[in-house]
Amino acid sequence: MDRQTLKEPRQEQVRRARVEKPKAASPRKTGQRRGSRAAAKQAVTLKEHVVEIVSDSGEGAQRCGQSFGSVAARMGNGIWTVEIIPAEIQPPARSIAGASGNRIRVASERVTNGGDEADLVVAFNEQVLLGRYRAKELKPGCIILLEDKWRTDPDAEIAVSYAHVYDELVAEGYKVHEIPMESECVKYVPDPRRGKNMFVLGLLCSIYSLDLEMAREQIRFVFRKKDAKVIDLNLELLGAGHDWAEENLDIKYAIPASKPKDPQIVMNGNTALALGVLASGMEVCAMYPITPATSASHYLSDIFERVGCVVHQAEDEIAACAFAIGASYAGKCAVTITSGPGLSLKQEGIGLAVMSEIPLVVVDVQRGGPSTGQPTKAEQGDLLSACFGGHGDAPKVVMAASTIEDCFYSVIMARKIAETFNMVVMVLTDASLATAQQPFPRPDFNEQWLAPPIDQSAVPEGASPYDWDPRTGLAPRFIPGQPNGMHCLTGLAHDRLSHVAYDPEINQEGIRNRSLKLATFQKTLKAPAIFGDEDGDLLIVGWGSTQGAIEEAVERLRADGKRVSSLHLKFLQPMPSGMKDMFRRFDKVMTVENTWSDSLDSEVFDEDSRRYAGLALLLRARFLVDVDCWGEVKGQSIKPGKIVRAVLERLP
Amino acid sequence: MGIPVSECLLKLMAEGYTLDDYRGDIPPRWCTGCGDNGILAAVQRLCRDEQLPPERTVFVSGIGCSSRFPHYMNAYGFHGLHGRALPVAEGIKLRRPDLHVFVSTGDGDCCSIGAAHWIHAIRYNMDMTVLMHDNQIYGLTKKQASPTSPRGVKSNTTPRGTYLDPLNPLSVTLGVANVSFVAQAVDWIPELLYDIISEAYHHKGFSFVRILQRCPEFMPHQFDPWVQNPDKMLLLTHEKGVQLSAGLSKVYRKQEAHDPGDLHRAREIASLSEQIPVGILYRDSDVPCYEDVRMVDRLHTPDVIKGVLEEEFDKFTIWPSE
Repeated sequence: MDRQTLKEPRQEQVRRARVEKPKAASPRKTGQRRGSRAAAKQAVTLKEHVVEIVSDSGEGAQRCGQSFGSVAARMGNGIWTVEIIPAEIQPPARSIAGASGNRIRVASERVTNGGDEADLVVAFNEQVLLGRYRAKELKPGCIILLEDKWRTDPDAEIAVSYAHVYDELVAEGYKVHEIPMESECVKYVPDPRRGKNMFVLGLLCSIYSLDLEMAREQIRFVFRKKDAKVIDLNLELLGAGHDWAEENLDIKYAIPASKPKDPQIVMNGNTALALGVLASGMEVCAMYPITPATSASHYLSDIFERVGCVVHQAEDEIAACAFAIGASYAGKCAVTITSGPGLSLKQEGIGLAVMSEIPLVVVDVQRGGPSTGQPTKAEQGDLLSACFGGHGDAPKVVMAASTIEDCFYSVIMARKIAETFNMVVMVLTDASLATAQQPFPRPDFNEQWLAPPIDQSAVPEGASPYDWDPRTGLAPRFIPGQPNGMHCLTGLAHDRLSHVAYDPEINQEGIRNRSLKLATFQKTLKAPAIFGDEDGDLLIVGWGSTQGAIEEAVERLRADGKRVSSLHLKFLQPMPSGMKDMFRRFDKVMTVENTWSDSLDSEVFDEDSRRYAGLALLLRARFLVDVDCWGEVKGQSIKPGKIVRAVLERLP
Repeated sequence: MGIPVSECLLKLMAEGYTLDDYRGDIPPRWCTGCGDNGILAAVQRLCRDEQLPPERTVFVSGIGCSSRFPHYMNAYGFHGLHGRALPVAEGIKLRRPDLHVFVSTGDGDCCSIGAAHWIHAIRYNMDMTVLMHDNQIYGLTKKQASPTSPRGVKSNTTPRGTYLDPLNPLSVTLGVANVSFVAQAVDWIPELLYDIISEAYHHKGFSFVRILQRCPEFMPHQFDPWVQNPDKMLLLTHEKGVQLSAGLSKVYRKQEAHDPGDLHRAREIASLSEQIPVGILYRDSDVPCYEDVRMVDRLHTPDVIKGVLEEEFDKFTIWPSE
């Protein structure tokens, strides 16, 4: 991409900043204006907005947010939705840590990440709002729509707390609008806790000039398994919210949308992952419940049997891995899907698959670590454990999905690689991809995604099971059922006949061939393309879910005249050729990773003690280039604005 | 004695697989006098008698002396990880009902590091024959106490003797939901060892055979009282279990006609401490097998896959015409 085209978005950013001062009704006056504003309102056109809906768990803010995103996507807006998930199923009501909901970035154009802080927040109580405020998720001075029932709560403590937070935020310059959600909803439902969310969807449809009929369709879809009464009620609430906003709010935006030319899929990364498993033709998924990976298996459990396949919930992570290995060994290539702690437990099994050259796909939906860490939060901390986690020298392929769409295709590719090279292929995604939604072109089914039926023909007599090709390290694979192929596979060092090797030369030969195989695979990789100019002051290197945010940051920096480009890696192990030459054309190279790295901000963090982020460490070791790194471990996707700031600190 | 050569050849052909066809290309490397040798002989005989095609027979094991078993068979073998033989075997069996699956595991492999898998494997009840070689000691790692070591056994990790009572693999197995076949054999009665393994093989489901097996290296006298005194053995006979030859009946006079359908009595027999019971303790042929339960009557063809994918995509698609 050349600089001319990169400048464009930046100009739009500026425009966006200018229009971000809506003439909203002063909150305390909205009541007086009731009924008088509707005709006078004119929509302010926006390039994009980040909207958040937060509530206590169980109040439906997530469903509201997802629906809002879906409606916007149906209208042709670019969207990216991010789930805001508390760690507990039923955290205490009105608690700061209990905020549950959804963040939706809505834009005219396609968006590749969740964007920066929120422009508009809907909060069902002041505590969850406070949580988001303290987490610095709100843009200074942004619009807040706040449930007002707490102001008159019979519990004086609650009323005081509410008033206090309200005053504080108003004093800080936030445009807080108190919304009588409860008192409006109670006209339709006895328990407004179950229904407020669709009222809010109505509010948002009014504010963002969304097509109400599409919102109705969305409600009919979301509640399709419920009876007609429930659907009607929610439709009423939607209308009520919409009408209330039209009557009482002086906020009206339009984010122009353009209809896509081709059909688009809107789903989250875990759903895409599960469909990828189905599309890859794999027959067995062995798993053990673990957040945030499990929802992929939930969805797969729902659909997999329809193609005659099985999701096996094993008794533990180790068994899940061993089960998948058994199925793969028997010719039914299998996948095991897990998250960080599960990956640690599977490592011995993964080593066995490497040693015995059994194809296996392992998906790690990364979360915050170490130990139990932050189960529902995003982090990219497993790169090194994916590459080197097991004991001994265990070469395997490690690849990362960087978009929702990529979650789908990565699994298909992983299976192909696994069976072509008889190798373990690790696919890394993370909690931010797992739950984020973004439209992508509907895939066209391709029979090539699948593998042919397993070979059960006789093996030539005298053939060895590990007849490593001296040039590639590849060996044929004998599958049980093949006459003459009988051998005892073993995790012990073995020779070409799969006999246990006590001879030092034989051990070395086996290890060399497994390494050779990875090198052979490396020769098939294409160098990734640089985003931005081919040379400059700084090259950012990233992997996985940070792609959208990094590239958006690069666009902003370049629009500002900075000579910054980025490179995003799909394959982390092995890495494609040609990267060192790319690095040479930049004064500085740094990685941006959603993981910990020491920054030199303490007396004891110095060049001698500094611990680098995973990719930075890999690049430094491989290319002998002084690769810097920046990242954070705040349990969420890195925002483009933060990357811009981190980069600016490093530029001359 | 006038059989023509061609008839001899035909007869040979008709006999199919011979014992040699099941012998691996490496001779067993177990110690002289190790009970594993006898188990290997019984299994090879079974394969020959059942004429199991070696290419359709898979021997899975974990790690330990007994887990070397697959190396000595001519069949597909999977010598995997310590404790993980069962989940590997389950993965193999799930989508390959055409394969005969055997598992060799030891008392450490099964009852200690792999205990979780053992419990759940009983519950899955997948069709496989599990031989639990129980010598009551860790052999390969040079004499450490195992969960089945009797209390007081001195080992390298318990120089003053083990502190706890041993785990009873029979009682444990009989206590798990979906248990469908539990038997006990001893290496020093080869005839019964064969019969019991054969019964296990013919049972459709998870057939668990605990085989008490002598370790001449580290527990040389452990089973002496029972080997030397047949009256300390309790042989379980039944028309639905194993029957004894006249010869055996003469030597082993303590017998009990035990109906393998009687779970309550099976648990009592399993708990005997002085006597070693040998025979089929429990059998229930009606417990469903996991691989059958999970069998889906849907084809896995490109057309079916495409169809489901498109149906699912439809649910998430935004069409340009909307």
